[in-house]
Amino acid sequence: MKVLVAVKHAIDYNVKPDIHTETGQVDLAQVKKAINPFDEISLEEAVRLKERGHVGEIVAVAIGSAEAKDSLRHAYALGADRALLVETDQPLQPLAVAKLLKVIVEREQPQLIFLGKQAVGEDYGQTGQMLAALLGMGVGTFSSALQIAEGHIVVTREIDKGTETIALQLPAVITSDLRLNEPRFIKLPNLMMAKKKAIETLAANDLGVDLRPRFTVTRAVEPAPRPGAVQFATVNELVKQLRQTEVLV
Amino acid sequence: MSVLVLAEVDGKTLKPSTYQAITAATYWGLAIDVLVYGKDLDAALAEASTISGVRQVLHAQADHLQHPLVEDVSDLVMTIASDYNVILTAHSVFGKSLLPGIAARLDTASITDVIAIEAPSHYVRPSYAGNILAHIDNHEDVQIVSVRSTAFRAAERNGNAQIVEISVPPSRAVSRWISEQLSHSERPELNSARVVIAGGRSLGEQFDSLLNPLAEKLDAAIGATRACVDAGFAANELQVGQTGTIIAPELYIAVGISGAMQHIAGIKDSKVIVAINHDPDAPIFKYADYGLVADLFSALPELNAALQ
Repeated sequence: MKVLVAVKHAIDYNVKPDIHTETGQVDLAQVKKAINPFDEISLEEAVRLKERGHVGEIVAVAIGSAEAKDSLRHAYALGADRALLVETDQPLQPLAVAKLLKVIVEREQPQLIFLGKQAVGEDYGQTGQMLAALLGMGVGTFSSALQIAEGHIVVTREIDKGTETIALQLPAVITSDLRLNEPRFIKLPNLMMAKKKAIETLAANDLGVDLRPRFTVTRAVEPAPRPGAVQFATVNELVKQLRQTEVLV
Repeated sequence: MSVLVLAEVDGKTLKPSTYQAITAATYWGLAIDVLVYGKDLDAALAEASTISGVRQVLHAQADHLQHPLVEDVSDLVMTIASDYNVILTAHSVFGKSLLPGIAARLDTASITDVIAIEAPSHYVRPSYAGNILAHIDNHEDVQIVSVRSTAFRAAERNGNAQIVEISVPPSRAVSRWISEQLSHSERPELNSARVVIAGGRSLGEQFDSLLNPLAEKLDAAIGATRACVDAGFAANELQVGQTGTIIAPELYIAVGISGAMQHIAGIKDSKVIVAINHDPDAPIFKYADYGLVADLFSALPELNAALQ
């Protein structure tokens, strides 16, 4: 069985973004980027399925500028068999990304398609659901456990008050949540070897997909800062204050 | 010109987040229809028909909707989508799983996790783990929107809407519900509780024994950090933060919580934040309104006694 894993070269999750004073937009030019953590979890899951004998080939696909190759090399080092970059310098919104991925899915015909539940950064959390809907496939969002069976996959999902287990007919789309697994530590030799591997590159503009933006982020603002805590020395003083301000009744 | 709100039924009744979504839907000043789908819906339909501002309740009943699946509800919504200018739902787990797919099938954008509607196609939504508020102009003819419940008050109940039955397409059967494993807690729900008391990993095995008595006294929901959940001291659904539940209670008490960015993203809209931590340099104190530098193993019993 072939598995496709979508990989986003995203803002590093430890970075606190700044707003560019002139444009009023988040300044992404010099920001450290890395593989989106939820996509790394997806890759790890694909590798584990391969180790258990369910999967023959893992194809990692990134959509973005040439620098996204860094995340594809990370995917190689984790255990991807093939890497594909759909190259564009234009920032893309979720619907355009889903449409590009649909073209790749139709070309590659995987049985399972993994995406992270969201990309850190814009936090839209849409692309997997959009892709599944465009392909007419079932989707297992917020997945925390998977089991492959004959012709279908059993997915445990994190829901508002616990978990839910569903079965999806294959091919299907899975979006990974944090607790699906813990990605393995990448060894340096693997990373060195990954540098030598080929990355097939397609131009996004050649794939016949409508990439135009559907909405505009007109400005980005920082939420109003909180003033910082008034410190108390004892529990009794704290409780007295809370009673006075009527938050404790 | 009208708005469609996708409701969610929890057992027999409507989820509180449906009331908040209906408040958000009133922004456009258009007629509001509420779609209620599932099986055995009598109580939920009666409830929905009394929510203020609702014109019609669309009743979609079918055996295969007893445990709604994204694909089946998406097919149902597509049968009526062309009648609406706005399709809106709460940004619950089901809402966020469902809505983007509907948008894609309509070849339009979806705007998720909206915390404010500033004009008919202008929204504010958090990004970068809540560090940035993005103002968005949506250029699409149809507005597909999910709203963060804690940002909208619940709609009232003095309406009298008509209930209209609609036909449900058969299940596509690409997905099948197997089971659910729900936590049965006597405590209020995390995302709608007036008071939340949350603990970090340092509570360890004493997580329940330290927090339960206080939660009882304050009628509070209990929350936990991701690290605490990962260490197995608290159940997964108690996780508060960017990747867990985002809350905005009147009072939030953080016990032994350092204030990691992903946790702060989940609590920063709380009205009053109280932090108890032994480390005076813990980042949580920058976000808290009131702080107490103390060892939590002695401070919590003291707090419990002080609340008698």
